Amino acid sequence: MKVLMFGWEFPPHITGGLGTACFGMTKGLLKNKVEVLFVVPKAYGDESEEAVRLINASDVLIDIHKKENFEFWKNITYLEVNSSLVPYVGPEAFDNLLSTDLKEEYETNSSVFDAKYVFSGKYGENLLEEVARYALVGAQIAANSQFDVIHAHDWLTYAAGIAAKKASGKPLVVHMHATEFDRSGENINQRVYDIEREGMMAADRVIAVSNLTRNIVITKYGIPADKVVAVHNAVEPTEKLDPVEYTSHVPEKIVTFLGRVTYQKGPEYFIEAAYKVLQRDNNVRFVMAGTGDLLEKMIRRVAQLRMSSKFHFTGFLRGDSVDRMFGMSDVYVMPSVSEPFGISPLEAMRSNVPVVISKQSGVAEILQHALKIDFWDIDAMADAIYALLKYKSLPAMFAKYGAEEVDNLKWENAARLIKKVYAEVL
Amino acid sequence: MRSICFYFQIHQPYRLKTFRFFDIGADENYFDEYQNRTIIKRIVERSYLPMNKLLLDLINEYGSGFKVSFSISGTALDQFEQYAPEALHSFKKLADTGNVEFLAETYAHSLVSLYDSGEFASQVAKHSARIESLFGVKPTSFRNTELIYSDRIGEKVYDMGYKVMLTEGAKHILGWKSPDFMYCNAINPKLKVLLRNFQLSDDIGFRFSNQSWSEWPLTAEKFTQWLQDLDKKQQVVNIFLDYETFGEHQWVETGIFEFMKKLPQQILAKTSYKFDTPAGLAARLQPVSAVLVPNTISWADEERDLTAWLGNDMQDEAFEVLYKLLPLAQKTQNPDLQKKWLYLQTSDHFYYMCTKWFSDGTVHKYFNPYASPYEAFINYMNVLSDFSLRLQSDSQDYEIPTSKVPDLSIKKRKAVPAELKNLPEAELATEAGSSSIDIEVLFSLSKPKVKQFIKNIDIQSLAYTLYDRSGAELDKFRKKLPESYNEELTRLISEIKRPRKSTLEHHKNKIGEFIRSLF
Repeated sequence: MKVLMFGWEFPPHITGGLGTACFGMTKGLLKNKVEVLFVVPKAYGDESEEAVRLINASDVLIDIHKKENFEFWKNITYLEVNSSLVPYVGPEAFDNLLSTDLKEEYETNSSVFDAKYVFSGKYGENLLEEVARYALVGAQIAANSQFDVIHAHDWLTYAAGIAAKKASGKPLVVHMHATEFDRSGENINQRVYDIEREGMMAADRVIAVSNLTRNIVITKYGIPADKVVAVHNAVEPTEKLDPVEYTSHVPEKIVTFLGRVTYQKGPEYFIEAAYKVLQRDNNVRFVMAGTGDLLEKMIRRVAQLRMSSKFHFTGFLRGDSVDRMFGMSDVYVMPSVSEPFGISPLEAMRSNVPVVISKQSGVAEILQHALKIDFWDIDAMADAIYALLKYKSLPAMFAKYGAEEVDNLKWENAARLIKKVYAEVL
Repeated sequence: MRSICFYFQIHQPYRLKTFRFFDIGADENYFDEYQNRTIIKRIVERSYLPMNKLLLDLINEYGSGFKVSFSISGTALDQFEQYAPEALHSFKKLADTGNVEFLAETYAHSLVSLYDSGEFASQVAKHSARIESLFGVKPTSFRNTELIYSDRIGEKVYDMGYKVMLTEGAKHILGWKSPDFMYCNAINPKLKVLLRNFQLSDDIGFRFSNQSWSEWPLTAEKFTQWLQDLDKKQQVVNIFLDYETFGEHQWVETGIFEFMKKLPQQILAKTSYKFDTPAGLAARLQPVSAVLVPNTISWADEERDLTAWLGNDMQDEAFEVLYKLLPLAQKTQNPDLQKKWLYLQTSDHFYYMCTKWFSDGTVHKYFNPYASPYEAFINYMNVLSDFSLRLQSDSQDYEIPTSKVPDLSIKKRKAVPAELKNLPEAELATEAGSSSIDIEVLFSLSKPKVKQFIKNIDIQSLAYTLYDRSGAELDKFRKKLPESYNEELTRLISEIKRPRKSTLEHHKNKIGEFIRSLF
């Protein structure tokens, strides 16, 4: 079986979790004897091709004289996009976008009818234009390649997926890693929503990263339930962190929130829970790592509650610092209001840090060795944190079983389910 | 003559309500009234009452030809009394027939037999007394929580005065031997042991409604034939079941009641089996051999061991923390704390913390109030923390007056606040003021004087006196103290937990008096 897969990025050039997920998935598919042709808007040449043949969309020649290409292009409308469209971006990547992407030089004045278009492959302001051009390339690649199924990841690639389906007549599977509602709450970008919906309607099957996302797809996009399948993400095995390397330098226990400080991530619930814990137990410090539009409001709230001496904001944490933060933490809390999957608790568990996660996250559906709470239930959150700090056997249980549970979330298994989805549409 | 022995376990725990850490020290109600009432009412209605009526009808029909036995835990009895007195009434009617034997167990269906012999005996005595007062007969047969048994436990049970004990006919203890004989304890052969025939028991308890079972549907005729086919030399077939099997685990729609209604008639008509109870069997049968059980067994799960209740870190920590309270709990005279002490030992609390069926069992989810074993553990530990505080504060109430102030009896001490209440407020103020003025003197003492002072005063009292002090004054005073003394004092102060105002006053007065006598 051969799959033509449209992604937006591929390791090592990733800004969010999408590239990592695609990489793991392709490796898992290969183990299940599924071959993958992976298309990215821009290939840098140093991507790992151990599991896929990578196609650089920027290298694809488009027959501009072909009538349908011309037609397709005419119907594309442009829209300025802002950074809220960015899917799946962690605090570090978010920082990169703000600081570096704006400096990126786009060849936006290049004509639509150029034979080759060099994509930036980033989540920049010309995103929608790139999405549209990507679609054009998608049709061309589909016409020139041999494959059985088309698989498109997130809305950025849906247009390409649809175009490829039209050009080849092969079945299309689209993959929802995050919906517009997860990125923007209720204030959605209508254009993006439309692209998402169009992609899912045109697809033969929709894969959602969790049942939570599956429900959103069904209820908020009106996609028929029988064509939406939940396949949970997995994680790539990595070497264990050396626990001695990162140790805390304060006598108190440390409870950590790590993520974008935005409404979707529920930072305010973390603060209120921290307040409740501190009233009872002073031998603990809370850390909020990350940034976002709610950061200032959060700092004000912490000051208002008079707990600034026990509650710390770190701003962005990059690479190593993230590992160090996990290494220092005694509890990791992810109080997300809405989280399609949520990979960070798994990283914490790998470092033997017990996790408290909201039931409104996809990852809660598959984890057993985690304390699960409703994001709004501050009492339950505080209680879970307090218990992890006070009752010794709890962290011991998590240390014993948590890392093992994460290691058992293999892409190979997820890929087996994806292969089943392919088989259904063939 | 072959016998068949039906024994039913009836147990319901007092389930805990959601108890957050900030409730510790603030809320003394641990149990989920609503949930417990709802569950009891439901089970009584669906299972216990209809089954009791069925058994009563059978007894009326067959007279002394039909007998059964029950063990009802104290926590179940207490909840019947609170929420469903009709159930208690119905069991009493069965008791009145004389064809029903009630067994003894630990009052709260606890795991205490694994921890402390004295407390084990005391909980059994409590249960036995309760059974006797309700049903008029003192139990002579014993069944431990979930049929937990070992040679050592059996030995203790005999010492408590029981002649026969029930346990599981676990494969790994019997090997090739049959459970269908009377056995005896390996340490003390005077204790007879009845073993559960798990094959035939589980055919009714677990497999009855399982449509993928090759023997489904199970009829009274078929079951009787199986009994008939057993080796004729066997003495007794022990069918031990959860009473909720009837109407709860196996719904009324499965035909379980019809099956049970028909079974005695079939057995009595077609076989030579006689119905009997553990006490009847113990009087009649001599053991064929000892059953060797060095490691503790139970009737739970495939493993038939203790891993449903103990073994993971959470269960073990909870168990340790609970029984660390034993000395204090045995001392308390407070009936409310005594009751809670029992209810908190109920094995179900530990059962909910079990992680071994993360992958498989749905059986264990039955009436389990928690979404995960972790939640079960956290909630239980919060409750236990509160209970521990209350026990400690309770023990201080009793200890201080008896051991340290021989001149004040408990009664007198209790009477003091009442007298104080009658005093005009002004007098009260001067009274409290006078001792505190004396204490102020403490801070102005010179270093040698301080040394002389601490030589003659109880450090505990000093700790209480300084408990609510802080600031520069105190720091200055502490600097005058020898280092080791200061450390000890700091430790004692930090160990004082939520003292009563009267306790503080008492110590302050003592110190104040001493200062006055000194200077």
